[in-house]
Amino acid sequence: MIPGPESRAKIDAAVREYPHAPSALLAVLHLLQQERGYIAPEDQVWAAGRLGLSVAHVAGVVSFYTLFRQKPMGRHHVQFCRTLSCQLRGARDLLEHLKRRLGIREGEITTDGRFSLVTVECLGSCGTAPMMQVNDDYHESLTRERLDALLDSMK
Amino acid sequence: MTTRDYQPLLLKNLHRYDSARLSAYEQSGGYLSLARALKELTPEQVVEEVKASGLRGRGGAGFPTGLKWSFMPKGPGPKYLILNADESEPGTFKDRLLLERDPHLVLEGFLIGCYAVGCNQGFVYLRGEFVEAYRILKQAVEEARAKGYVGKNLLGSGFDCEITIYRGAGAYICGEETALLESLEGKRGHPRLKPPFPAQVGLYGKPTTVNNVETMANVPLIIERGGAWYAGIGREKNTGPKLYCLSGHVPKPGVYEFPLGIPLKELIYDHAGGMLRPEHPLKAVIPGGSSVPILRSEQCDVLMDFDSLVAAGTLLGSAGVIVMDDTVCMVDALLNLARFYAHESCGQCTPCREGTGWYVQILERLERGGGKMSDLDLLVDMSDRIQGNTICPLGDAVAMPVRSYVMAFRDEFEYHVTQKKCLTAAAVS
Repeated sequence: MIPGPESRAKIDAAVREYPHAPSALLAVLHLLQQERGYIAPEDQVWAAGRLGLSVAHVAGVVSFYTLFRQKPMGRHHVQFCRTLSCQLRGARDLLEHLKRRLGIREGEITTDGRFSLVTVECLGSCGTAPMMQVNDDYHESLTRERLDALLDSMK
Repeated sequence: MTTRDYQPLLLKNLHRYDSARLSAYEQSGGYLSLARALKELTPEQVVEEVKASGLRGRGGAGFPTGLKWSFMPKGPGPKYLILNADESEPGTFKDRLLLERDPHLVLEGFLIGCYAVGCNQGFVYLRGEFVEAYRILKQAVEEARAKGYVGKNLLGSGFDCEITIYRGAGAYICGEETALLESLEGKRGHPRLKPPFPAQVGLYGKPTTVNNVETMANVPLIIERGGAWYAGIGREKNTGPKLYCLSGHVPKPGVYEFPLGIPLKELIYDHAGGMLRPEHPLKAVIPGGSSVPILRSEQCDVLMDFDSLVAAGTLLGSAGVIVMDDTVCMVDALLNLARFYAHESCGQCTPCREGTGWYVQILERLERGGGKMSDLDLLVDMSDRIQGNTICPLGDAVAMPVRSYVMAFRDEFEYHVTQKKCLTAAAVS
């Protein structure tokens, strides 16, 4: 059952932080996504009930924000920066290399479920371009060699 | 004084491995400014000191911070100060550095701001992707609470201030202050019409002020050394230290701190190491993040401050300096940015929602060699129709670069139309 007791306790704590419960919606969605790996329709219904919002409102919020995902991703969700500073430092070639290595295109998951790949807009790490975020972690100043070593280390 | 001798004021603690910890921050005099403000100054005196410093907001608009605070109504009732930590402007990475490496400096400035405007619950709106910064800030708030810097009755002054850290979820638009407020209320980040301005009707309909991370990092310094001392740094009406973010074709990209008004070329050649590949000279610079007009290399003898860059036809913006050498195709670079704005447009206003999509389609057509000469005028004409006609500045933020790239590098755009290929690839190969 999602959310489990641990998430429920965190959700209760998040709601208490705000003068108005709807302010906790993004925090609730982050927690639900953390637990399931994505946000399912039933999670949206649950969040709406918990915060006294309409399901339509919650669905509108989920679809607005890039970080909320409505389908499962790989264990290692690769978010590769495509914006200008990274592009100037070779992101385009590196992305092609990454796609070949993983054998998938943008928006896809490897058949073993290990990796998924998306391109994202500037992650605020332009001084260490090119870069990507895998799940929560930034990986900066990437080269082909560093990228290969990194992928090998992610099981 | 040359900038080579400059001693950092905002980044002074960053040489320490433990710079994010409270113990390190206190050893360098941390939280003494908060104590001074709470014990020796009235909120009005704090506002006056910040006014005297000349501090202008570092988020992009450059509005005087003390003046902004003075717009907040006096008297009882909830009021909110919000720290805008939603850094997302392409080319900008200074706030993340401060948040991860010296969170207490930012917190101290923010707490002084809360005292100045009479806010008992301050919100930090943190970019959702900044998971590391979130962990560090959470820890910093708990450390500060344990020492009485956050919570009830701060340092025995009778002033209460709670700090709540709010994680965004990936939306550039939420860096715009009214979109930020909508997001903080648990909604889609759609900017609000102004007026009413947030100082009258802000978060939950209450008086609210939103300040940038770097702006708040300047406040402890102003309280410690005085507004008059601070006003002596930099140039007239462009005072204080500034963080410049260098990226692109330089060998030493990174965040550099110097007074406002440092020459752009000094930043690039003396500090960031010049050009990445000496055989490829400077072609163009974006001086203030992706939303500002571009400078051709021959326009780069400018000073990096708010007013000097306006005089040069561009903006200081977030001081995200993106350096490009002669291998860069301007059609390609502009297409990259147009895709960014098309993705980030919130969809509320027709000129921006439709216009950003049109930009992408037209630029893709030019890149493919299918463009028409009339497309170039269309790009400029669209920019004139978008700019000033949207609820928030995102429309301006895309219209300004599009117009400037087409006008400054018209020869390259025309080459794409007539030769159906890239002038730059032909020139450098």
